[in-house]
Amino acid sequence: MEKKHSSHQFRSNTLPALVMVGPVALLLVLLVAVPLVYVAVMSFCTTDEYYNVVFKFSLANYGKLLSPDYIKIYGQSILIAFITTLLCILIAYPFSYIIARTKSKRKQLFYMLVIIPFWTNSLIRVYGWRTFLGTNGWLNNALQALHITTEPLDFLYNQGTTVLGMVYCLIPFMILPLYTAIEKLDGSLLEASSDLGAKPVKTFFEVILPLTASGIFSGSIMVFIPCLGYFFVSNILGGGNSDVIGNLIERQFKSGNNWPLGAALSIILILVTLLLVKIYKKLGGDMDSLGV
Amino acid sequence: MGNIVEIEGVNKIYGTNHVVKDLNLTVEEGEFLTLLGSSGCGKTTTLRMIAGFEEPTTGSIKVEGESIEEKEPFERNVNTVFQSYALFPHKTIYDNIAYGLKMKKVPKNEIKERVTEMMSLVQLEGFEKRYPSQLSGGQKQRVAIARALINRPRVLLLDEPLGALDLKLRKQMQLELKRLQKKLNITFIYVTHDQEEALTMSDRIAIMHDGVLDQLGTPTEIYESPATKFVATFIGETNIFDGTVSFVQDDQVQVMIENGFISGKGTNFKFGEYMTVSVRPEKMKYSDAPVDGFGITAVVKDYVYVGSVIKCIVSLPNGNELKIERLAGQKLPEIGSHIYPYWNIEDAVLIHSKENSIFEALDSIVLA
Repeated sequence: MEKKHSSHQFRSNTLPALVMVGPVALLLVLLVAVPLVYVAVMSFCTTDEYYNVVFKFSLANYGKLLSPDYIKIYGQSILIAFITTLLCILIAYPFSYIIARTKSKRKQLFYMLVIIPFWTNSLIRVYGWRTFLGTNGWLNNALQALHITTEPLDFLYNQGTTVLGMVYCLIPFMILPLYTAIEKLDGSLLEASSDLGAKPVKTFFEVILPLTASGIFSGSIMVFIPCLGYFFVSNILGGGNSDVIGNLIERQFKSGNNWPLGAALSIILILVTLLLVKIYKKLGGDMDSLGV
Repeated sequence: MGNIVEIEGVNKIYGTNHVVKDLNLTVEEGEFLTLLGSSGCGKTTTLRMIAGFEEPTTGSIKVEGESIEEKEPFERNVNTVFQSYALFPHKTIYDNIAYGLKMKKVPKNEIKERVTEMMSLVQLEGFEKRYPSQLSGGQKQRVAIARALINRPRVLLLDEPLGALDLKLRKQMQLELKRLQKKLNITFIYVTHDQEEALTMSDRIAIMHDGVLDQLGTPTEIYESPATKFVATFIGETNIFDGTVSFVQDDQVQVMIENGFISGKGTNFKFGEYMTVSVRPEKMKYSDAPVDGFGITAVVKDYVYVGSVIKCIVSLPNGNELKIERLAGQKLPEIGSHIYPYWNIEDAVLIHSKENSIFEALDSIVLA
């Protein structure tokens, strides 16, 4: 009797779990799970001559993915992602180190400088680069006005500008985990290292780097994976050989009008992502520092 | 034995915070010197300046006669044992201890020999492959000490190294540290706020208070003849009387206090001077009749039994309480009875006050 009463009271004081979790669960099912399943199913379909999706099981799409043209783009995509990640590490590490270890009151300001660009759509920011670097852009105008160059230089539309755009868009994802890892570093360890006779460079490689490697690692995952898919960056800033896997997918869904092939490519990208995260976890990575 | 560390006229100022004030201190080779004081007294800052983590605002620090201001911590022949141990969490115990030698590019086989020797010295054999997180507090402490000592520093700096350990372990480590220091004959500069620890371990104690070195002396000197009121109250238990010199004859000084007058022995005291008298509870006596040189009465309030001694709490007419220690088993006055506290005048410690004298106080009023 007593027990029944208390359970009744409990229920009347809180909303039923279904009401609280239900709407979110429903949204997730409708907007994430169903489309994913749909994409997965579609990747095994074919198209008729009018490019309509025909629901007939086939592995043809996956077969096409192995064609040399595609493999070249996978390699190129991985190369771009790799260079982007490397550049992000090289730029973000010193920056994060300084803002994480400074005792200055401007610490918060520097941190905000990283966050603020997030408030603007990345597409607009990438277009900004095109305006800046174009043949009639600010940089060329300035160079000519200063008589450093006589003709506009071609900065745009190559692999370099694609990497530039990628680094620009993705560097906050490197800075944030690095900042966290470096801030956690116990200052007395650095003092101990110096006390025991290590010069600053030695201290960096013996103590600082190993103890902040987790930040580099999380940051790399968070830069490398989106880099494979950020098609708009190579669309806006890239040239002939700067396509990433994301461009292939976009093209199949739009101009190519071959949805099943696009779906198969998407599935491959998802699998690659899962694989990388799996490796990350296996090597002792922390899921929280990915913000997942 | 010469001086190994000489600190001359050192000041340390952070913004408006004057942490160390005009510090002069020499440390002798092979001694165990403790910097003692409550938190914020500047003792850790002093240690960190010797280590090179902080720079003196003014003044000089010499190690082995050589000025070290220009030297970075990694160039100094001193090592530190940190309060939080600061062991490298990603390195094994072996690699932690070997770190200093590795930095000095000592040959591998020599490193191995010295690490093994050091590990047996601090009784950590068999822990080579473990990581700091797998060790207890006491074990980490040993690693921290071994990691510093293996470099054979001329001076070992210890910043409250036993602070995080429980009482029993702390007592044990105190003895072990003292044993190590004697065995290796290395100069120890030890920072602590624990007066008992300082008395047990040190050859000499430097007591710091508000950035000032109040007194430097052996534990006996510090306990028996404290130089300032702070030292008297900080080390052990004592009864403090603030008063004015009312009569001086040779080395006998009579002091007027709020509730009467008391006597002690001291030189350089002038009539009218403000001063403090400190008497340890075990030196206090009492009588049921007035004693020559003393004019105070007290009421017995309570008894506290502390093992072999009994503490008798008596209160003066103004409410101040005094502690009188008696061996257990002696006959004691009843609670509520009146007594006349006194002491052998040589047992009182007479301390000059920072304020000068009643006449100077009067002068300043008249001049104003």
